Amino acid sequence: MASGSNGKIRSISYARYGYIFILPFFIVYAIFQVYPLLNTFYLSTQSNGSVVTESVGLQNFAAILSGSGGRAFKAVHENFIRVMGNTLILWFGNFIPQIVLSLLLAAWFTDAFLKIKGKGFYKIVMYMPNIITAASVAALFVMLFADSQFGAINKMLMNMHILDAPKNFVTGQTTSRVIIMFIQTWMWFGNTTIMLMSGIMGINPSLFEAANIDGATPTQQFFQITIPLLRPIMLYTMVTSMIGGLQMFDMPYLFNMGTAQNRHTETIAVFIYNHFHNLKPNYGYSGASSVILFIVTAVLGGICFIFNKDDDPKAKERRSSKAALKSKLGGL
Amino acid sequence: MDMAGTKSNSQAIKVRTICVTVVMVFLAIISLLPVYILIVNATRTSQQIVESGVSLIPGLNLFENIKNLNALSEAGTVEYNALRGYLNSAVIAFSTTFLTVLFSCMTAYGLVVYDFRFKNAAYTIILAVMMIPVQVTSVGFYQFMSKLGLTDSYFPLIIPAIAAPSVVFFMRQSMKSTFPLEIVEAARIDGCSEFRTFFTIGIPMMKPAIAVQAIFAFVANWNNYYMPSMILISRNKEQLTLPMMVNTILSNEKLSDYGVRYVSIFLSIIPVVIVYFIFSRFIVEGVALGGVKE
Repeated sequence: MASGSNGKIRSISYARYGYIFILPFFIVYAIFQVYPLLNTFYLSTQSNGSVVTESVGLQNFAAILSGSGGRAFKAVHENFIRVMGNTLILWFGNFIPQIVLSLLLAAWFTDAFLKIKGKGFYKIVMYMPNIITAASVAALFVMLFADSQFGAINKMLMNMHILDAPKNFVTGQTTSRVIIMFIQTWMWFGNTTIMLMSGIMGINPSLFEAANIDGATPTQQFFQITIPLLRPIMLYTMVTSMIGGLQMFDMPYLFNMGTAQNRHTETIAVFIYNHFHNLKPNYGYSGASSVILFIVTAVLGGICFIFNKDDDPKAKERRSSKAALKSKLGGL
Repeated sequence: MDMAGTKSNSQAIKVRTICVTVVMVFLAIISLLPVYILIVNATRTSQQIVESGVSLIPGLNLFENIKNLNALSEAGTVEYNALRGYLNSAVIAFSTTFLTVLFSCMTAYGLVVYDFRFKNAAYTIILAVMMIPVQVTSVGFYQFMSKLGLTDSYFPLIIPAIAAPSVVFFMRQSMKSTFPLEIVEAARIDGCSEFRTFFTIGIPMMKPAIAVQAIFAFVANWNNYYMPSMILISRNKEQLTLPMMVNTILSNEKLSDYGVRYVSIFLSIIPVVIVYFIFSRFIVEGVALGGVKE
């Protein structure tokens, strides 16, 4: 190792600094991320309802996934299915309007022929909901839509004689879900718009020019050029959004607080949290559902990776950096 | 791009521009409306809110509401103490931001400037773990922390910020494209130690990337509800962060003053809204570039 050119010796002698610089990251990462992950896997095989646990093998997984083996297990299974359903419904209901809206906006923002004044202003205003404390937003909407006649929206609709009696917006199945979908869309459409915009700006402008000369209408251009060429980035947005959707916590959790419990908006993240965040924690159920969530996320992440692989490295790097930003912001 | 349009074409463009502008104005209003309603209700009396529900005309009761909130907080009726909340959230947000940015810079610097055997392996690990959601590890994390007796302490909320894979990823990207390695060589020849080179040359040269990452880290940590509510299990009044205090207001059924309720939410979002409007251009650009300068 010591032999070799002068340059090589130098690069070897500095190598230890490389380790020193990255060491703190990996130490902290090992203690606060890797160990907790392994611990989660361990806890998934442990018993429930007590701080001191004992091994139960794969019983928790059997209970969650099939509900076989007793009444209590069946209840856990049914709850798990319910919260997974809620999670999917809430994700789907915010993703569809979000992607449609964002696609339209992104196409308009990047359209060179449209002379829209104050584009920068619109972008700033539309991104704003994304940075506001999610917990505060949830509290605001719970208060505005509160079930009694003291709820602001109920009162307003009653004053306008649209409603005779207060409606249960926050506890009702459809209304509570629609409110959460609206909040999530409201919070994330600006972000998705900006991401899709940089995707559109990556499309070769001569394609649009040629289409224009050939007399293609803006609608034709949108469906024949923009959408097909954006497909990879849209699929990618969808998958990262799905991973984000699986983590949805603040909004549904706070909809469960306050006046009444709401079973229609409880998500998988809330389910996991409620099981371990107890005086007598159900570490087993919580751990097992975390492991299931982990596998689902890993599969989705793998799909992302495959999409990414076909592209040129530069687009790939750009895109994964955006996804990272999104996930850092607790993205959807 | 040159305009290739004819006269009839330009007429059509004008119509489209008007339509698009109308939609954009509408969406901008939707984006602002909930916050505006919050501000309006925070300035009205409880009586006014109960009577009319939603209004677009602000009242004059903002300071009165804040005073009432403080009085209730002193009397112990509500657990919301704005100043305490600001202080607690600021302690957590500033220290996590500082640790995240400093150590991410260091890690990225180590990965870019030096050549060592496990460099690529280290980078691959960082990429792979970037997407693991916090909810997946939280059971293990919580149980581990409660075994160590660290619940009800800020330690588990702050120290893990040292390892922020996505920030390392950004920093590395931006260093790769903007950082001249020759400058490190030159510093070595001048006898500058490696750490001094990092602090006096590396960090100043990464300033733009640091600024973007610091803003995002600050906002994310200030807004974080999940981690503090998981770790601060005793809900000790002195320790609550702002989002947790908002939560106590929401679940407080004895609090009948609606002006106080809205003003407490208003006070909790004001800091981020101010930060946002100061740095908005910067933030929007940061999202567009993914924090990467190309």
